Amino acid sequence: MSPKPPPLLPRLTERELKRKSAQYRKSLLRLIKACGAGHTGGDLSCIDILNVLYNRVLRVSPETFHSPDRDYYIQSKGHCAEALFVVLADRGFFCEKDLETLNRYRSPYIGHPTREVNGVEQNTGALGHGLAVAVGIALAGKMNRKDYRVFTLLGDGKLTEGSNWEAAMTAAHYRLDNLTAIVDRNGLQITGSTEDICQLAPLDEKFEAFGFSVQRCDGNNVGDLLRVLEAVPFNPGRPSLVLARTRKGKGISFMENAAKWHHGVPNDDEFSRAMAELEAAEAAIE
Amino acid sequence: MEQALANLEVFAATLLELAREDSDLLVVTSDSRGSAKLAPFAKAASGQIVEVGIAEQNLVGVAAGLTAAGKKVFAVSPASFLTARSLEQIKNDLCYSDRPVKAVGISAGVSYGALGTTHHSLHDYAALRAIHNITIVAPADNYETREAVRAAANLPKPVYLRFGKKPMPHLRRVEPGFQLGKASLIREGTDLSFLACGETVAPAYAAAELLAKEGVQCRVLSLHTVKPLDEAAVRKAGSETRAMITVEEHSVNGGLGEACAGLLLQAGIHPPFKIVGFPDEPTVTGSQEEIFRHYGIDGPGLRATALQVLGRT
Repeated sequence: MSPKPPPLLPRLTERELKRKSAQYRKSLLRLIKACGAGHTGGDLSCIDILNVLYNRVLRVSPETFHSPDRDYYIQSKGHCAEALFVVLADRGFFCEKDLETLNRYRSPYIGHPTREVNGVEQNTGALGHGLAVAVGIALAGKMNRKDYRVFTLLGDGKLTEGSNWEAAMTAAHYRLDNLTAIVDRNGLQITGSTEDICQLAPLDEKFEAFGFSVQRCDGNNVGDLLRVLEAVPFNPGRPSLVLARTRKGKGISFMENAAKWHHGVPNDDEFSRAMAELEAAEAAIE
Repeated sequence: MEQALANLEVFAATLLELAREDSDLLVVTSDSRGSAKLAPFAKAASGQIVEVGIAEQNLVGVAAGLTAAGKKVFAVSPASFLTARSLEQIKNDLCYSDRPVKAVGISAGVSYGALGTTHHSLHDYAALRAIHNITIVAPADNYETREAVRAAANLPKPVYLRFGKKPMPHLRRVEPGFQLGKASLIREGTDLSFLACGETVAPAYAAAELLAKEGVQCRVLSLHTVKPLDEAAVRKAGSETRAMITVEEHSVNGGLGEACAGLLLQAGIHPPFKIVGFPDEPTVTGSQEEIFRHYGIDGPGLRATALQVLGRT
């Protein structure tokens, strides 16, 4: 067995993670405002999850990204590319300044993640693809007796895609306890409430029935995310599912839980108010 | 012509040879190992086969993931399902993400005969030709199958391999050797060219033999690589022979014939030209042989079409 990649540095404390989330939210807003597009609501709902993954959980860094022993992260929820880019830039996978080209002609930084961007494992964007790919990587890990782990982030609205459930069955069948799927359960999709469009609840029981070991958490609370994500696998021999309750647009009062901010871009006034709220929230972190 | 094995059987045997040479080679199946003649493989290389159940989208996605982690994967499923139900996975998870999975469509075309349109794949060339970053290969006989499987295994790019299940005759080649993207010259002639692929090369050859008795000398090319097309061979045939017929076990829309037609027209080469394939209509019912005969994809049918194209009727 080849040696493990070096542990992730720095391992941020909970307080530092809170600060990081606030900074990421400001970076996100600036980015979306500058390029005039983005999945704002979803970016803000999943940013704490990405923060905890990349700053505490994932054993991957720019130096170890091509190591066969690295942890893998597949962003199945591909439309929240801006959130992933902000975190990858902060972690040094590329220069933050590069993001000024987001969505521009011939830029690798587009509205969905692609392998053209350092740190991205798989091209995603069409919904319901990431879990199967994560299953394949996890299965190869078992076959090759590797210690790496595979994490994937799923949006809740996309769980109506049947391919998720095909992949879930395979994950359980092959007892892939090196696989953790995180559902960004913000309860909203582009048309409205996930439960009005096609009822998903009870998601925990559904994933349990498909063979996952499920834990719930507050997906916008870094402490709660740490508690569950550092505890995987929840059960040996079973894939893990983190049902992370989040709020779309989290952190900006007028964007929270509002479907219209699915891919809304703030005007100048909204941007100023949003940044003021984020500054105040950051200042309040003890 | 001497009947040999079904290309599918040769595919399975070649895969087992490859698996013995490389422990990272995996076959992923969707309850399709029996149909794919892979039961002996599963027995002999049980650690190198992954079953995902009847879930073709998952088949391709899991194959992409296995490949991302260093495995060399052949994902095998009936062509009808693999290239329709999993088309988005082929497009995004393999081609766009550049995962060099070998997607293997078995019992392709109308191999399933009387099972009907649900089980036929007459759309796959058209669908896949329009997707960037995939090589499309339909070998004509056992030799091309063996060579194509080995060549595909060594190509670090996504490949679609298409096989029928009917025993195929051995075809002699004017020039030996096999190369992806390079047509095989099966017969030389200057009166007319048959440009065929997969299981239609044998009937094209049979037609050429019939026509030879009437003094019509036909060139027969196996365009086993539908994409990228051997453009030089097609242009050469268009310039050196008086007429051309393309033959494919596929819709006349979007397949080999239209690929050749587009190429020739843009090159300013326009001999009398006919696309033989499946017209845009409900496919007639029957066995594969009967369906082929109905659409003129047999020796006598292609002979008649050739005489028509040459203006001899």
